[in-house]
Amino acid sequence: MISLFKERRQKLTRFKSMQQKPDRPKASVPAGLYTHCPDCNQDFISEQVAANFFVCPGCGYHLRLTAHGRIKLIADKGSVRELNAGLTTRENLDFPGYSEKLAALEASTGLKEAVVTGVCTIEGHSAMIGVMDSRFMMGSMGSVVGEKITRAVEYATKRRLPVIIFTASGGARMQEGIVSLMQMAKTSNALARHSQAGLLYISCLTHPTTGGVTASFASLGDIIIAEPRALIGFAGPRVIEQTIRQKLPEGFQRSEFLLEHGFIDMIVERHKLKSTLGSLLRLHSPSARVKGGG
Amino acid sequence: MSLKEAEEQIRRLDEQLKNAGDEGVRKALLKEKNRLLKEAYGSLSSYDRVYLARKPTRPNVRNYIKNIFAEFYELHGDRLMRDDPAVIGGIASLDGIAVTVIGHCKGKTLDENVKCNFGMPNPEGYRKALRLMRQAEKFKRPIITFIDTPGAHPGIESEKHGQGEAIARNLMEMGSLAVPIIAIVIGEGGSGGALALSVADRIWMLENAVYSILSPEGFASILWKDASRTREAAELMKLTSYDLLEMGIIDKLFGEPKGGLDMNSRSIYQRIKNTLKIELELLSKLNRRALIEQRYKKYRRIGDCSPR
Repeated sequence: MISLFKERRQKLTRFKSMQQKPDRPKASVPAGLYTHCPDCNQDFISEQVAANFFVCPGCGYHLRLTAHGRIKLIADKGSVRELNAGLTTRENLDFPGYSEKLAALEASTGLKEAVVTGVCTIEGHSAMIGVMDSRFMMGSMGSVVGEKITRAVEYATKRRLPVIIFTASGGARMQEGIVSLMQMAKTSNALARHSQAGLLYISCLTHPTTGGVTASFASLGDIIIAEPRALIGFAGPRVIEQTIRQKLPEGFQRSEFLLEHGFIDMIVERHKLKSTLGSLLRLHSPSARVKGGG
Repeated sequence: MSLKEAEEQIRRLDEQLKNAGDEGVRKALLKEKNRLLKEAYGSLSSYDRVYLARKPTRPNVRNYIKNIFAEFYELHGDRLMRDDPAVIGGIASLDGIAVTVIGHCKGKTLDENVKCNFGMPNPEGYRKALRLMRQAEKFKRPIITFIDTPGAHPGIESEKHGQGEAIARNLMEMGSLAVPIIAIVIGEGGSGGALALSVADRIWMLENAVYSILSPEGFASILWKDASRTREAAELMKLTSYDLLEMGIIDKLFGEPKGGLDMNSRSIYQRIKNTLKIELELLSKLNRRALIEQRYKKYRRIGDCSPR
């Protein structure tokens, strides 16, 4: 009898060990050779992941892209002209640890700030693009992100260009305080003028987009696109859980949830994103307008 | 000693004073009370002002409306879903001039606060505000907003109904409204939830009101993962009316009596009323284009960055 239990326990242990993902000896894997999917917890050969638009070959999870990685996937080759690349903040640099953090991030990411803006063509159609990079202080919006977005939108209004912004942000940047908050109004006001000029703004929400960015330019697109399963919301899930003291439902604040509740227009998988944007730009180009009627 | 602690001691002294019969004892107690008052209110820390800004005995939006405007007709609902009691608004008369008044509504008792959700709006509140602002534009009424909120409500329903979109829409539309807008921060100006009613031509603050990117508690827990460092956060955040005036974020501050506003501070209403009349007259002289351009520039210049 006892041996029976023993046997069963052994079987269980073996079964459990099979269920558990083997702990890969991380140090023995050359850096960059494998890419880890945080969703299905599997590792894939990086080349295979890159060829798949940085979408997990196992589960379809859309891995985070760097700003320049995103631009490479979206813009026509050689068409990009970056604008205001050198802008850096002068706000509140004496905030404890802030300027050191900025310097360290510049060294590790090669970026000067959390957004890259510039003009490019997408399937031959000119557009102003802004791409946020979540590696840079969680893509948070301080004075520079606000200023670069505003300048990009103003430039587009002047040259009658459509604007496409890819968001990835934790919201307004704490270190710059109220100045960060005011960037929400500044960018939204610039977009109002762009809109009043009859120009197209497409907002592309990627994982994660929350806080002050959701509550400003991210939500103001004529057309709002999201990548699958991206976290999109105003309040962060942790803040909500702490406030209401209950667990949040599965899928809450994900792209699919927002589509269901009417706050985004479509969910587009990454490999279809460029062609979708190209088509939308073409349909909004002057040549696509109905003739006559003044 | 924080102001809150000092007030607690003063309250205890007051009780002792009530019971003290001996003249000598009374004198000593009074002397101690005056010393405490002087110490407590002599130099307020930012944290003390956060405390004052949140004090339930402080006048709320309804007190301001009642005491500044001769008439007020409250209007309800966003015409989409429901009426959010955390934001109130309506048509008022400022010495015969029709204006639209909108504000965050905090309660004074727990009961009242449960009803108005502690002044934390849901999307419906912002959409009601926007409806009333568009109405104001149609009838060429200036808009006056009173800001007093811990922030937009974080919850399942508010996310489901588009909290982010509602705030964003207000920011975008307020920038181009063709009537003067004056925002007055009377208590707590909490984050995007405050900003969504305060994109304005003039932003004023009560001396002990605060306006910040987040509550000091939230700030401390996000930056340091330690909500107990609230006081330190408050000092760093530059959230007082003096800080914001110096930074050029607000245009004017209204001084408060020592110890902050309470229900007996009547003069504040008259001062605000007079200033509103003067400022609205000035703003009304601008044509539509100039008004909107001026408002655009007000926000456009915020944020100092330079090429390197």
